[in-house]
Amino acid sequence: MTRDIYRLMLPVVSLAVLLAATFWLQPRAMSYFGLNLLFNLAVPIALATIAQMMIIMVNDIDLSLGAFVSLVACVAATFLTDAPLTGMLILLALVLAYAALGAVIHALDLPAIVVTLGMSFVWGGLALTILPSPGGTSPDWLRMLMTLKPPSVPMAVAASILIAVVTHLLIVRSGIGTVLRGVGGNARSVQRAGWSVLRLKALAYGLAGLFGVLAGMALVGLTTSADANIALRYTLLSIAGVILGGGEFTGGRVSPAGAVIGALTLTLAASFLNFLRLSPDWQIGAQGAVLILVLAARLLFTRRSARA
Amino acid sequence: MTQPASDATAIVALTDAAKHFGPVRALDGVTLSIRPGDCLGLVGHNGAGKSTLVNVINGTLPPSAGRIDFPLSGATAAAAACVRSIFQELSLCPNLTVAENLRIAHRGLGGLNWRRAARQQVREALDMVFPGHRIDADATVDTLSIAERQMAEIAIGFAPRDAAASLVILDEPTSSLDAAIAQQLLDYVRRFCAAGGAVIFISHMLGEIFDVASRILVMKDGKVVAERPATEFTRQGLVDAMGHVAPEGAAVQAARAFGPQIVATPEGLTACRGEIVGLSGLAGHGQAEALARLYLGATSSWRSAGGRMVFVAGDRGRDGIFPLWSILRNASVSILPRIARRAIVDPAKEGHIAADWQRRIGIRTADLSNPILSLSGGNQQKVLFARALASDAPVVVMDDPMRGVDVGTKQDVYAMIRSEAAKGRTFLWYSTETEEVCQCDRVVVFRNGRISAELTGADITEERILQASFQMEEA
Repeated sequence: MTRDIYRLMLPVVSLAVLLAATFWLQPRAMSYFGLNLLFNLAVPIALATIAQMMIIMVNDIDLSLGAFVSLVACVAATFLTDAPLTGMLILLALVLAYAALGAVIHALDLPAIVVTLGMSFVWGGLALTILPSPGGTSPDWLRMLMTLKPPSVPMAVAASILIAVVTHLLIVRSGIGTVLRGVGGNARSVQRAGWSVLRLKALAYGLAGLFGVLAGMALVGLTTSADANIALRYTLLSIAGVILGGGEFTGGRVSPAGAVIGALTLTLAASFLNFLRLSPDWQIGAQGAVLILVLAARLLFTRRSARA
Repeated sequence: MTQPASDATAIVALTDAAKHFGPVRALDGVTLSIRPGDCLGLVGHNGAGKSTLVNVINGTLPPSAGRIDFPLSGATAAAAACVRSIFQELSLCPNLTVAENLRIAHRGLGGLNWRRAARQQVREALDMVFPGHRIDADATVDTLSIAERQMAEIAIGFAPRDAAASLVILDEPTSSLDAAIAQQLLDYVRRFCAAGGAVIFISHMLGEIFDVASRILVMKDGKVVAERPATEFTRQGLVDAMGHVAPEGAAVQAARAFGPQIVATPEGLTACRGEIVGLSGLAGHGQAEALARLYLGATSSWRSAGGRMVFVAGDRGRDGIFPLWSILRNASVSILPRIARRAIVDPAKEGHIAADWQRRIGIRTADLSNPILSLSGGNQQKVLFARALASDAPVVVMDDPMRGVDVGTKQDVYAMIRSEAAKGRTFLWYSTETEEVCQCDRVVVFRNGRISAELTGADITEERILQASFQMEEA
């Protein structure tokens, strides 16, 4: 239990430090409007990070997530606006495709990293077929949902908290979530207890597909249009978010709340670098530096706690 | 001697059950029934078929022949008959808490407040088996010590869950527990059986078996060789039943003169020039680790003194062959520096040496440039021997090198090892087969990571090795 708190402490501290630095640089950000602006784009990233977490939870990794979110965005900006029913069916089929992918990866004992890398080209190709050039429009309801202005708390913050709470209940508190984490921890023991690991993996991948779909829809709601390459960087951002949030690549050690905080931190890091007037050319490198810094801090923490 | 399998009161009844893995008869026609109140002690040497028997009973492996029934419950599967297994290797999910691990084993546990129910069940089970245990049900398993993990696992095995356990299989349950905790477990097993449960207890601590078992089943080569009430066995009788009565090929090695001592490790493993030293004892008691430490220390350390050694792997796939390479390349990799001219390998010389070893060791292939995987397992192993022996290293370290090697090949290799030793090479040979160990000049027996006995000459018998491998003193 104490270890879990430790796991969550570092992402919280890094977010707080980064937030304080941002406010110090730009005091005007410390407002309802400012916070919304800072964290607006964090909502789709947080959802994508949760999707990635579902895969990492069962000891796999998804390199196709960015392309998948882009595809969803393209579907949402075209079919979902013009023919809502067809759009919904396509999105449902995408979720099921993800579940099937998980089942195939487990049944044939394929390396997820290779399969998802291959799938990223499939998703990318489909997205280009649907939307050869940037365009499309967001469905009105989606646009309205993403630009809601709830009283006192900005939408981006409220949505992040909601995502964290829901996924925490699903993954950490619920029975099935516990079994899913068990698959990452010791799949053989789960199998021996009479569970079908095949179905569990399909479920984990299906959940990843679901959150990937939500990420794509949230993204279109914010940007109002789509492009086949709109979310390609989400693949690495989501992996970074999971790790930043206290997750580990193997062993089923993931934290949904941490993953959301990790996504917020990554988004904020970009804004922070903007406020520093750093040229965009340097920003990706600087973002990487922030990531390495936080991970190094975590290594120091865990080493110390291991010694204690 | 065995109970009739039609016994309607049996929890599990095996009728002539067999399990074959290819030509290997891991379980060779076992008839057995276990009734409520039975505590069956299961003993046997490595590879006697204990684990296979357990896996057939708990449903992990379907039998190749014969039947398995659960007459008392009328169930068709082990899980439905409430047969539980607690495995030797730790099989909890380390990332979950103790209570969450119960949730994985207990599929029926549902509802919104499953956590509280799981916590309570785990606590009750722990209190029941290990009073005064001090394990928190909410502790993540990887924060627990090995002994605590084993305790949690045992408690989850005995926990009532959906229905009370009818038969619990304990495979080496005390291997990581200290004496006091182990005694608590034995006491609980006795209470559990007195209350109408049944237990299969596998242990290499004979004291524990005598302490707890009502019947003892001795297995050898996949067969049940003795099954009697525990009171009818003596310790010596049990060891005799496990081992060969007359060891095959017990050709005692004539005492030879050796050169100076050239290997010495901190744990007391020594070897002289020209000596064949065997490492024996039950599998997993530190022999392979001792060899790996010795070998890596001599060859892979930055400050290695350059004591040249070669290694013959038993686990071919993991640390033996290069699966994508040809037979020739696999054999010659150890001698490349010697046959290179100005850092370029001389292919003529390479082919010549490899062909020479193919003839000497009898690798059955038409062409050495065939891929290594085209060979049978035994022939792959010969390539590994050729690789080691072709080098000029004075010390050869062998980690159970005869796995999956047929009898004829073994005889060839024995002869080759003996002739190489006579030329002054030193062999360190870990083997799980007593027959192989009997080829050695001197045998050290490992128990719990330490050397428990050292045998030479006529003392190298299966009996003496078994005695030293099993803990004979009272538990």
